[in-house]
Amino acid sequence: MKLIPCPICGERAEIEFTYGGQAGLTRPADPAATTEAEWGAFLYARENPKGMHRERWRHIHGCGQFFNLTRDTVTDRFIP
Amino acid sequence: MPDALLPLGLLQRRGPLDNAAPIPGVSIAPPLRRVSLHSDLSFYAGIALPRTPLRAVVSDNTAILWLGPEEWLVLAPERDPVTYGYGSVVDVSHRQIGLEITGPNAATLLNAACPLDLALTAFPVGACTRTVFAKAQIVLWRRAEHRFHIDVARSFAAYVHAMLREAAMEFSATV
Repeated sequence: MKLIPCPICGERAEIEFTYGGQAGLTRPADPAATTEAEWGAFLYARENPKGMHRERWRHIHGCGQFFNLTRDTVTDRFIP
Repeated sequence: MPDALLPLGLLQRRGPLDNAAPIPGVSIAPPLRRVSLHSDLSFYAGIALPRTPLRAVVSDNTAILWLGPEEWLVLAPERDPVTYGYGSVVDVSHRQIGLEITGPNAATLLNAACPLDLALTAFPVGACTRTVFAKAQIVLWRRAEHRFHIDVARSFAAYVHAMLREAAMEFSATV
């Protein structure tokens, strides 16, 4: 089982967490002025890197907090 | 089980573990007053809230468990009134059931289905956290080296109790 470094609780088992997807997405400030392509990219387009991936996690069965960390998708190692 | 809080003979308190066969080293905690706090208060009922993550404070019969940033769980005698204040103060007494795990095998028993590191260095006396026990979410609190308190939702109590019985067979088996 993977150990995920929660910034508050320390390393905890993977099953205490839920995955929150790619980190750093920003909702367009004015949806009415956003093109379909831009809106579609915000909703659906995600990176799928082989290597470092910045992502959101939530320690739902622990302290409940959301946080960001970097995971190497090749080795599955986490870098806080 | 007769209960002085209820009119004698009229009502009987029932719980999900009433008919569960006992497990050596596992006992069902008496009914407690439980209060869920979400606030930035410093005190509850005159007790300073623990600010250190994953630590509980005990004062007389009341324990306050740190569960998350600005989130605490108060465990107090059932007759204690709820002290309301600023922020979210919710009486959740009947939401959960307490189990006491005692004995030299307590940590091993819990580790049958709980992935936490329960070594004294990693999870010392006074440590508390929300975690998982098999597929149920629990609150785990170490009251002494060989004494743990589990708080689990009523609806998961029978499941957790059954899992503990399964795990405890390892220590009661004779060859």
